Amino acid sequence: MADSSIAARTPVGRRPARHVLRAVVVAYLFFLVAWPLYLVGRNAFADGLASFRAILTDPDVTHALQLTVVIAVVAVVINTVFGVGISMLLVRYDFPGKRALNALLDMPLSVSPIVVGLALILVYGGRDGWFGPTLEAAGFQIIFAVPGMVMATVFVALPLVIREVVPVLQEVGDEQEQAARSLGANAWQTFRRITLPSIKWGVIYGVVLSLARSLGEFGAVKVVSGNVLGDTRTATLVVEEKYLNFDKGGAYATAFLLALVAVACIIVVSVLRPKEER
Amino acid sequence: MSIEISHVGKRFADFVALDDVSLSIKAGRLTALLGPSGGGKSTLLRIIAGLERADTGRVEIDGVDATRLPPQQRNVGFVFQHYAAFKHLSVRRNVAFGLEIRKRSKEEIRRRVDELLALVHLGQFGDRLPTQLSGGQRQRMALARALAVEPTVLLLDEPFGALDAKVRKELRDWLRRLHDEVHVTTVFVTHDQEEALEVADEIVVINDGRVEQVGAPDDLYDRPANEFVMRFLGPVTQLGDQLVRPHDLQLTTDGGDGVPGRITRVTRIGFEIRVEVTTADGQPVTVTLTRNELLALGIGIGTDVRLRIAPNTPTPTLPPTPTLAPAH
Repeated sequence: MADSSIAARTPVGRRPARHVLRAVVVAYLFFLVAWPLYLVGRNAFADGLASFRAILTDPDVTHALQLTVVIAVVAVVINTVFGVGISMLLVRYDFPGKRALNALLDMPLSVSPIVVGLALILVYGGRDGWFGPTLEAAGFQIIFAVPGMVMATVFVALPLVIREVVPVLQEVGDEQEQAARSLGANAWQTFRRITLPSIKWGVIYGVVLSLARSLGEFGAVKVVSGNVLGDTRTATLVVEEKYLNFDKGGAYATAFLLALVAVACIIVVSVLRPKEER
Repeated sequence: MSIEISHVGKRFADFVALDDVSLSIKAGRLTALLGPSGGGKSTLLRIIAGLERADTGRVEIDGVDATRLPPQQRNVGFVFQHYAAFKHLSVRRNVAFGLEIRKRSKEEIRRRVDELLALVHLGQFGDRLPTQLSGGQRQRMALARALAVEPTVLLLDEPFGALDAKVRKELRDWLRRLHDEVHVTTVFVTHDQEEALEVADEIVVINDGRVEQVGAPDDLYDRPANEFVMRFLGPVTQLGDQLVRPHDLQLTTDGGDGVPGRITRVTRIGFEIRVEVTTADGQPVTVTLTRNELLALGIGIGTDVRLRIAPNTPTPTLPPTPTLAPAH
């Protein structure tokens, strides 16, 4: 759609400029994204399926892949529930400190994941964290365990659902919700039957972006996981470890799997989406 | 089914939207809240619906104190200016919404929705999405949706404001006939005095957060309580220090009594001719005539005429107020 509207507005005389611009964009994306990703795929299949067979029969790697999926799914569920809730709060209600909260929500995008990891250790670290020893005494280990890894992943992917849902909520407005209330629906029925269906695509997009981001998280997870083989090592950590140990085939094969899931997510959504008229 | 509003006040930050409004709306009637934009009429309607909360005062619907009730417990039907159609639901599901919330049986919902769709002439459009309907159809769907829950009162907020002039006129007639059929206590907000005069049994003129006058359309038109109501309900012109409707003025060319003046302008708008007469004192006065009257008088620009207020017509003469000082 953007394409046709630009074409409609461009006078005939500017055609060459448009072709040049298009060529620049295509070349840029090719050298920055497509070519490197293609090479990952090619290297992964350099020995046929041997590298894949090797990593998929390695119990440590399969454990890492499972762990990655579990952490990503849990983090996405948490981020979706809180993301939709916070979006409603930001769009539908006025309260003091709203601007500050809004700015704070962008923090995870601007702070380096490794800083996130260190910050979490400072608060929840078992030995000298601010809150950690108390929790550990009560039997909850956060750092160097799955809960800490989930927290780190939730933190880095926090704004993605919110940033997708907020503009949709704003565009939809609250008249439909008011109409539902006047027809007898309570708050939950209004949300379930009216609000959620109208922000559905925003939520789905947010979920997909969060999932892709969560699967690929490296820095924050590396700091808080302790990177224990077969225990708290995730797929991204496997890629690093294999790469550093000159197991390039294994590294590329694992990297390819990670990229494949992310690309698949985005393809599925873009295939589904046009059917729904917004 | 009557609505009693007593001493209701509402402010948004520094802006006083409603200033100690008391009003009683009769059961079974079609009442218009009429006034300029920003005068508080929509706020009052939203307070009756529970979509807005009054700062002070009390709202009673059908004898029940509704001041603190949330909208879903008031059993009112509300129709919005921009339809507020549920975009992801078909026309049928839109209309059925209130009944589904009330957990009526499938059979009952189907029957009732069929009835309502027939009532609003949307029988064939049940399976369409709201985006596939025209503005007028969408608003009729919204009406059916509001009527589905058998509300004690039906509230319409500028219901025809977003529609073009022709559709607006059709829907206006249609609302009047619908009300004669359904008889539910109905309150609608409008800034269009013609709409109010044509459709309503009773008009409440609201301006600056206050009720200026309440009455039947004829009462308001013929006996306005103040200058504002007179000016808002129809065209006015000034002759000397009297405020007069232009169609209540007579022109004569054969001398006699009346204020002398000369025709300075003649404008034709469809069937109506607007004649501007400048009196000997230099005051411009507007008189409206039909085309035939103009031809019968045989007058045009430059003709000397005499102006007088038509006898035996309920021409309101306003008590002198500071703002009504003579213009010359």
